[in-house]
Amino acid sequence: MTASPATGLPLSVRQLTKSYGGRLVLQSVTLEIAAGEIFVLMGPSGAGKSVFLRHLIGLEEPDSGEILVAGARVGPEAAETKHRLAMVFQSGGLLNSLNVEENVGLYLSEHRLQPPAEIARIVAEKLSLVRLGPDDARKYPSELSGGMRKRVAIARALVVEPQLILYDEPTSELDPLVSLTIGREIVNLNQRTGATSVVVTHHRDLAFGIADRIAFLADGQILALGTPAEIRASTVPLIQQFLTAEFK
Amino acid sequence: MFRNLGEMILLFLSVVRALPRAWRERRKIGEQLFDIGNASLFMACILSFFIGGVLALQSGPVLVENGIGSALGNLVAIAMCKELAPVMMSILVVGRVGSAMAAELGSMRVYQEIDALRTLSINPVNFLVLPRVAAISVVVPCLVIFANLVGWLGGAVVAAHNDRIAVPWNTFFASIRDGVDTGDVVNGLIKSFVFAVCIGVICCHQGLTTMGGPRGIGRSVTKAVVNSLVLILILDYVLTRLLLPFDNGFSL
Ligand SMILES: Nc1ncnc2c1ncn2[C@@H]1O[C@H](COP(=O)(O)OP(=O)(O)OP(=O)(O)O)[C@@H](O)[C@H]1O
Ligand SMILES: [Mg+2]
Repeated sequence: MTASPATGLPLSVRQLTKSYGGRLVLQSVTLEIAAGEIFVLMGPSGAGKSVFLRHLIGLEEPDSGEILVAGARVGPEAAETKHRLAMVFQSGGLLNSLNVEENVGLYLSEHRLQPPAEIARIVAEKLSLVRLGPDDARKYPSELSGGMRKRVAIARALVVEPQLILYDEPTSELDPLVSLTIGREIVNLNQRTGATSVVVTHHRDLAFGIADRIAFLADGQILALGTPAEIRASTVPLIQQFLTAEFK
Repeated sequence: MFRNLGEMILLFLSVVRALPRAWRERRKIGEQLFDIGNASLFMACILSFFIGGVLALQSGPVLVENGIGSALGNLVAIAMCKELAPVMMSILVVGRVGSAMAAELGSMRVYQEIDALRTLSINPVNFLVLPRVAAISVVVPCLVIFANLVGWLGGAVVAAHNDRIAVPWNTFFASIRDGVDTGDVVNGLIKSFVFAVCIGVICCHQGLTTMGGPRGIGRSVTKAVVNSLVLILILDYVLTRLLLPFDNGFSL
């Protein structure tokens, strides 16, 4: 499989509601994400952003409402659809029993999509995109720093050549320079393959730098949704605080 | 508990459905075989030697007093191959291997490794459960064969060297040769295979359904071990009863 002309998948979320133990985490969230868009989700910690992403890829079942990826309803089996989806977990989600190389090549080797030599080449290429070298490739996740783990997770998602990719705080543990690289890589992938990208981040520069549109989620509801310029112009107090908070 | 049982049966069925993939997963099955064998062989050896020994020690004097000391080998061997080897080896494997499986899968669940597999369209049953259940159901019967031999040896040593028994080696083994046929050994192997599949499915199921963060892993391990032990002992009775008609010399 040489990156068959991937096209992004459109996504629509309707009336998505989810509660845990009687506590509402997502309250009737409705939004549309266009194919090929870079959609950034911001909001306070605990607002339900990670829960929202997990729903998009079928890891959680909504209490009510529905999610359509390219018109097809996402259910518990969504992770095994014909579409190529990928998610970068907030904590990486690397398999601890496999080394970096095996983790990154897992998708290709498990589905027998490429011969081993080709897998090794692709893995090395994706690792270098996230600034990891051949020495790191033989390490196990427990021997990596938090930021390195995150980068391996991103490399693993890139290998899938996804049509829809979800990033949960891709730069949260990275230094500013690597963050910049990752930000560029998100945009690169999007421009190269047209992959629809949903990015959850607390990183204001990153958000405003890469987003086509930004949604602001607080207490399980969408407070604002629009282009970066529209969000900047928002008069909602919480958003203004979010955008202007500085150490002094 | 009953919902668990339903889920476990479903898990078992998906393992059966995944069986045609076993050849593809042979490398993982091989690794598991090696790990499980490594973890349990030495313990199995010690355990069976002493079980065989204590069987001889308990029953030897009584038999000798009644003048049928020559049947001691037969008794030890039958008890070993039809009952004690399958049950004790299964219990050993629950403790040494099943608990580790539940803990490993539990931590994979808690640290989102299972979720990550699913997002990569990799089915956790094929990737994780199949190799473990396949390996464990090969290893336990092998351990049982091994335990039989070592247990008989243990019985023979005690029989020969204990003053109150003093049944010589030759008599002991001749009695085994005359009294035990292949059917008795196969009977024990069938039981141990069923136990092994249950252990694999229960422990993997508990691991995969771990909830509540790292503390949940401990709970899963405890539940996996307790449920496996209970089921082994219950199934032991049921299987013994079901296999009874196949014994020569007995009938319904
Ligand atoms: N499996 C779960 N069981 C119970 N409650 C949960 C579960 N997952 C998430 N929650 C709750 O849902 C809320 C939202 O969690 P979520 O992880 O989505 O926050 P977030 O917006 O990603 O925050 P952060 O920016 O800190 O990552 C939290 O209050 C959390 O306690
Ligand atoms: Mg989060």
